Amino acid sequence: MKVLVVAEHLNGKLEDITFEMLGKAKELGTAEVALLGHNAKDLAAQLGKADSVIYMDSPELAEFNPDTYSKGLKAIVEARQPDIVLVGNTSMGMDLAAALSVDMGMPLVAYAIDVAADKVVSSLYGGKMNVESAVSTPFIASVLAGSFPADAGRGEGSPAVEEMAAPDFGSVKVRFKQLIEPEGGDVDITQQPILVSVGRGIQSEDNLPMAEELANKLGGAVSASRPIIDNKWLPKTRQVGKSGLKVKPKLYLTLGISGAPEHIEGMKDADLIIAVNTDLKAPIFDYAHYGTTVDLFDLVPALTEKL
Amino acid sequence: MNIIVLIKQVPDLVEELELDSSGKDLDREWLKYKVNEFDDHALEEALLLKEEHGGTVTAMALDGQDIDKALYAAAAKGADRVVKITGLEGNPSNHEAAKAFANAISGMDYQAVFTGVQSVEDRDGQLPVLVAHYLGIPHVSVVSGVKIEGDKAVVYKEYGGGMMAELEVDLPAVLGIQAARETPRYVPVARVRRAMRSTEMEEVSAGDVSGAAAGSEVARMFKPETGQGAEMLEGSAEEVADKIVSILKEKGIV
Repeated sequence: MKVLVVAEHLNGKLEDITFEMLGKAKELGTAEVALLGHNAKDLAAQLGKADSVIYMDSPELAEFNPDTYSKGLKAIVEARQPDIVLVGNTSMGMDLAAALSVDMGMPLVAYAIDVAADKVVSSLYGGKMNVESAVSTPFIASVLAGSFPADAGRGEGSPAVEEMAAPDFGSVKVRFKQLIEPEGGDVDITQQPILVSVGRGIQSEDNLPMAEELANKLGGAVSASRPIIDNKWLPKTRQVGKSGLKVKPKLYLTLGISGAPEHIEGMKDADLIIAVNTDLKAPIFDYAHYGTTVDLFDLVPALTEKL
Repeated sequence: MNIIVLIKQVPDLVEELELDSSGKDLDREWLKYKVNEFDDHALEEALLLKEEHGGTVTAMALDGQDIDKALYAAAAKGADRVVKITGLEGNPSNHEAAKAFANAISGMDYQAVFTGVQSVEDRDGQLPVLVAHYLGIPHVSVVSGVKIEGDKAVVYKEYGGGMMAELEVDLPAVLGIQAARETPRYVPVARVRRAMRSTEMEEVSAGDVSGAAAGSEVARMFKPETGQGAEMLEGSAEEVADKIVSILKEKGIV
């Protein structure tokens, strides 16, 4: 089984998802890593677990670009004919996997949490349902971050690095302008020992002060899941999860967070997780140490009072 | 600036999900549906751009559960046209849906297609990039914030850790919208009812979707095995609060 892992890197650093997929690829067969970039060949040295690395260099690949990276990856897949292509189900991977699927006529299974030669298991419906797809090679799986241990993909070794010329990108329709770092100035939630994290269940911006008061009593800060940030109730710097920040506080107390996989990714390593959600079936309870289905609007004032 | 917004109804996850007798799909008979939340953001961003630059917004959806209501709601919010694509049976894969959308869109006068970056049912991949590749136009996923500069769009693509890339995209393009610049607007039911009376629902056939690179099928669905699971604290709010306080004391947190 020839498995091609699409490496993901940002700011000169390989992302964990690369190693997570590489570890899985080694389990499935021979693992080749597709590394696209510009003056990024050095990154191959960190891919010790790979059987080989195919490196494509071009100024057009200096930064992630949905257009040029899709074209480059297609050229690699055409040349190497892998049985399985593993791509991250990430911001970058989303712009690659479906493109490759259409261009190559290869089936794609997304949100993969397990991959075998003949089946892929996806985590869908906000983590509430797993779906097993029957597939035959060649196929593409886009893998959810955190599905496989990254350590299994890290290791010493010096895989053969083969350079492949970039294809003619033709007319390039997407241009990278700049990378924007997160704004500072607000509370750094990654440094807070205690986080009271609010989700959709808080219902309204008017209810945020209640969470703030509890966080103050506990000596921590308020963080939030995606919907709160999208509604502009709190700044982006407070967002925990896949497109937000990863946190590891001593206490992570969730109020009305259901626990979608994207959120879990950002907080599952907290020392103590207490979840408050009226839905007993909410996935957050699978990750929390303690949970309660008592209504947060009754519990929070009572808890604040007692602290 | 004419923008087409693709919207989709998805199961409301507030409801309990159950399997049907085949074990390969949800039991959809009693399922409650709602508009994919990211599609709501896509529509909002499109309406904001229309307010800034003029042009039209067309809301488009595949025929299905409660879709008329969703399209009329889009009209009530400000969409100029609503288009329903008919002829796809059952639950089409996203590849098939994307091909049907591409068939419908290719003859239209448009500069951009917006849709939610993802939905809870994207087993065979997220819709925006599929649509883009069937149309043969550029795409950017996970976009929050769009500016139009002539025949180009400047978009902000989110990465992890709060990082964002600013990208310039030639139009026409498909953008997978993560979040609009503003909270999606709300319309009261009365205005949706008015829109139902005053808006013409256009119907377009899905056309040929064969050859859509699906190539995988659902073998089974199952509820994820739950891990250790939380120790549930029972009782009244007062009692649960007491229990939490004693846990926090025990762990030395307070």
